Amino acid sequence: MRLDGKGLVNRDAKVSFKFDGVTYSGFEGDTMASALLANGVSLVGRSFKYHRPRGIMSDGSQEPNGLVELHRAGEITPNVRLTQQELHHGIDARAQNYWGSLSWDLLEVNDLLAPFLGAGFYYKTFMWPKAFWEKLYEPTIRRAAGLGRLLMAKNTQYYEKAYAFCDVLVVGAGPTGIMAALTAARAGADVILCDEDFRMGGRLNFETHEIGGKPGHVWAAERVAELQAMDNVRVMCRTTVTGAYDGGTYAALERVSHHLANSGDAPLETFWRIAAKGCVYAAGAMERPIAFRNNDRPGVMMASAVRGYVNRFGAAPGKRVAIFGNNNDAFRTATDLVDAGVHVAAYIDSRRDTDIAGDFPIYKGAHVTNVHGRKEVQGITVNGRDDIMADCLAVSGGWNPTVHLACHLGGRPQWNAAISAFIPRPGMVPGMEVAGAAGGTFSTSGCLKSGIFRAKEVLKMLGINARAPRMPEAEDSQTAVEPLWQVPGKGRAWLDFQNDVTVKDVTQSARENMSSVEHMKRYTTQGMAPDQGKNSNIGALAVLADATGRGIPETGTTTYRPPYTPVSIAAMGAYAEEEGFAPQRFTTSDATSREMGAPMIEAALWYRPSYFPKQSETHWRQSCDREVAMVRSDVGICDVSTLGKIDVQGPDAAAFLDFVYTNTMSTLKVGRVRYGLMLREDGHVMDDGTCARLGKAHFVITTTTAAAGQVMRHLEFVRQCLRPNWDVQLISTTEQWAQFAVAGPKSRDLLNQLLSKKLTDASFPFMACGNVSIGGFKARLFRISFSGEHAYEIAVPARYGASLFQALLAAAKPLGGGAYGMEALNVLRIEKGFITHAEIHGRVTAFDIGMERMISAKKDCIGKTAAARPGLLGKNREQLVGLQPVGAVKEMNAGAYLFETEDEPTRANQQGYTTSVAFSPELGMLALAFLRDGRARYGETLRLVDHIRKVQTFVVVTNPVFLDKEGERARG
Amino acid sequence: MVDLTANTPCAGLLPLSHGELSLKERNYGAVWSVAPFNGASRDVSAALKKAIGAGLPGDGRLLAGKSGEVFWTGQGQYFVRALKLPKLPAALSDQSDAWACVGLEGGGAIDVLARLCPLNLRSMDEGDVARSLIGHMQAIIIMRSDGIDLMVFRSMAATLVHELERVMRSVTAQRAL
Repeated sequence: MRLDGKGLVNRDAKVSFKFDGVTYSGFEGDTMASALLANGVSLVGRSFKYHRPRGIMSDGSQEPNGLVELHRAGEITPNVRLTQQELHHGIDARAQNYWGSLSWDLLEVNDLLAPFLGAGFYYKTFMWPKAFWEKLYEPTIRRAAGLGRLLMAKNTQYYEKAYAFCDVLVVGAGPTGIMAALTAARAGADVILCDEDFRMGGRLNFETHEIGGKPGHVWAAERVAELQAMDNVRVMCRTTVTGAYDGGTYAALERVSHHLANSGDAPLETFWRIAAKGCVYAAGAMERPIAFRNNDRPGVMMASAVRGYVNRFGAAPGKRVAIFGNNNDAFRTATDLVDAGVHVAAYIDSRRDTDIAGDFPIYKGAHVTNVHGRKEVQGITVNGRDDIMADCLAVSGGWNPTVHLACHLGGRPQWNAAISAFIPRPGMVPGMEVAGAAGGTFSTSGCLKSGIFRAKEVLKMLGINARAPRMPEAEDSQTAVEPLWQVPGKGRAWLDFQNDVTVKDVTQSARENMSSVEHMKRYTTQGMAPDQGKNSNIGALAVLADATGRGIPETGTTTYRPPYTPVSIAAMGAYAEEEGFAPQRFTTSDATSREMGAPMIEAALWYRPSYFPKQSETHWRQSCDREVAMVRSDVGICDVSTLGKIDVQGPDAAAFLDFVYTNTMSTLKVGRVRYGLMLREDGHVMDDGTCARLGKAHFVITTTTAAAGQVMRHLEFVRQCLRPNWDVQLISTTEQWAQFAVAGPKSRDLLNQLLSKKLTDASFPFMACGNVSIGGFKARLFRISFSGEHAYEIAVPARYGASLFQALLAAAKPLGGGAYGMEALNVLRIEKGFITHAEIHGRVTAFDIGMERMISAKKDCIGKTAAARPGLLGKNREQLVGLQPVGAVKEMNAGAYLFETEDEPTRANQQGYTTSVAFSPELGMLALAFLRDGRARYGETLRLVDHIRKVQTFVVVTNPVFLDKEGERARG
Repeated sequence: MVDLTANTPCAGLLPLSHGELSLKERNYGAVWSVAPFNGASRDVSAALKKAIGAGLPGDGRLLAGKSGEVFWTGQGQYFVRALKLPKLPAALSDQSDAWACVGLEGGGAIDVLARLCPLNLRSMDEGDVARSLIGHMQAIIIMRSDGIDLMVFRSMAATLVHELERVMRSVTAQRAL
């Protein structure tokens, strides 16, 4: 029912929306909850387990019942709280967790079976047969119990994450937070003020309190406007601070555009990481329910919410409202309702001695013992005898300070008997001061004072002097709560509305010796899921304390963990979906390669051409075979810019390289290149590459594409930590140079067409390097070969890369040459037995790959001692060998295992495994493999078994170098 | 004789603008890395000052001279923008082609980077330089009077532009809310 002249909604702006298929209307400034209540809708959802009808209970993020699916442009956002969702045109919200219709939910049968479905029922019931759990029981239970659905399709909505920094983070913009923010802001601190509501002011918007002679909400709006106008303040509404972490880091979720029908390019939500030097935690308090029979019926609401809907939205949750409480705030509900013209059917107070009076029936020292009605409240019973007609029952069991964030670093709150509630202990989160109701100060005046005081404490810590703002006048009454957790009597009394946990479940848990609060929580599922026990934790532990005969402080709370309210995974993972997961690195030849139809493959973050198909070729193998033959007979061009290039300079550069490479680099002549092997400190192979000496104290080393970052990091570690006094400087020059392999018998002919000065064997022998001139520009040339052919690598500044690639292709064409891709490159190197990270995968030593003699005996190097450990040498090691098929089956796959021909192909019998496989147009199927004592077993026949693809191949063990064992071609 | 033509890292990707925000490629010309050898910082600084009018800046800073500028890029390492370098007791490498350099300008530029960079750019002043991340890319960030310059590896230019554009679009939309 909408009340005339009440509330802060804009009556001139009507908004229509859909809830569960029915169209309603509300006003701008409404939440979905207030609009539904104004429309007289009491049933909004079904409970988790028993499918009991449920209505709106609260007015904020603590709402356990009013969770809906929001349907928007083909997407579903589940578990949206009606109490937080602002009304906008075209909202399509649907109730969740029912089978049939919301009104006639077939699964309500569970409620009749309740005696069998108590706490722990599925632990005890679904024990046998064992296989049924996964196939039958779990799917059925999941179908019956649940929250919102996921579409199981890609989420196309846009989310963001962001970083913020400030001196003072103020969490909560109620009277406390506003006063704290003002104090800090006027002192010149950089302030962020966050509140999860869309209207700042906290309880001031829901109450009729005055501050400084003005309505509370007016005072709040004026102060917030003042803050917004200051350069050193960021006011963030719709932003829930969800977690406190180490080092003054806080997480916050901003609901950027859930309140808009069309958000354009704006994200739905932004996940903030806020680094704050100090924090005033002013998150307020949450009213707690009382457990009594049928206290979950739609229409039983928190008293603060009932008067809140009336005061802020002009929406009365009922026409005849009864109120049940144990404190003065509960009574304020009655007076607010009377003032607004809502009929108060009765006020029931559990306190005997309380000084209250009103023009409505008042029961002192009394309890509500039952609620009548199923889908809506129809009446209540007081003290087990008096039936009162009512369509709404407002309940208040007192207030629980919102201690959550203060406890996120593992601290436990302390019990305060004066207010019968837990409050934070000082210093639980370094840099955080808890203020106002979150710290147990409930009066408005007390909150304003506390906000100022706590802000000044934080500013003092930051070394900022602050003057207290003028304290406005405000109410200073006491809640005078007298604890009441449960009303004794028959029937089920609810503690956790979201997870359907009753008083009986908790007492049964205690009877079954689940008496620790953490065990009780898990046994009964109390405080789980999106709700995290905001309404129920304290009530449940009070009942547990009673059942176990301990006090509440001894029983203690469960652990408070982030997030305070649910955070979409999509927001936390923003930007990381699909390609956003990692940067894409493109070579300068990328566009040309794609124009040539080359499929690209990922190599580390780089994209490299797999092969270059000709029109007549229908299978990659045809292209690959042609490219291999082309390099062996004529000339091929391949972009090798992706290999890491590290520039090493300094008087100690040569000594440094001697220390990081197994072999000696200090003896390398200027203008020459040497192959090098690097070990990790544990003696295993880290990477291989080339080392070129460009000057006396100037080297350029190359790394593999995959290990470029790892090697750079390793070298920096050695330079900074192991040899800090050596004079050597490192920098990556990978990106400066576009580098192309020109490989094949005609490679020199090709280059001689392009270079200003012709090359000869004498002027540029195998493993030479130096500066050359191409097209009038300086380039670097290396005579090195990864194909085993007479080959070069030419490097030009990257700006000329695209142009040079095209020039090389044009020059190759008349020679019968062209581009070759990764597939051909792989075949060429396997034919030559050259290793890549398929072989040096992290578990192999120099001995394993037959390069133990490359560990120089004349000097020390990283990994040398570790590589000499007994277990890393000898016959038991798996050593690099070649394999060729000898039987009818020729297929070999990488990752297949080797066995003696007579042995069963089982784990215990395995002799080794393949790492790389290729089809050589010249030699047929080839594989590189690691085989136990392999170098002594050339000529042996073994069985290669690929268990996954179910292939068995008889193979002969060979030298891993299949082609040109003496290396004549590269030198030729 | 072959005729080689030059391409810039962001060719075909920039410029672009959304609302008040614009993103342009910056042509940094010749860029050298300069890492003074042990104990040579003072000599390097003096020689640079004489040659281009700016010596070695403090950590995280940029110094501009008459014919070039010098900015810090890491432990004992600086980038120098100058056509010619004097003889220096330092490790030098040509970095002119290694980086994609872009300039982000206009209202909301800080808000854009708040979404991609974990640094507090609000606290950085003109001439401040930082090594940090843009998304998952390691970057050099330079605060200038007319905006913020970002440098990432040349090969990552497309990702840089893609990530910046998406957020520029979003920040523009959010500023209009």
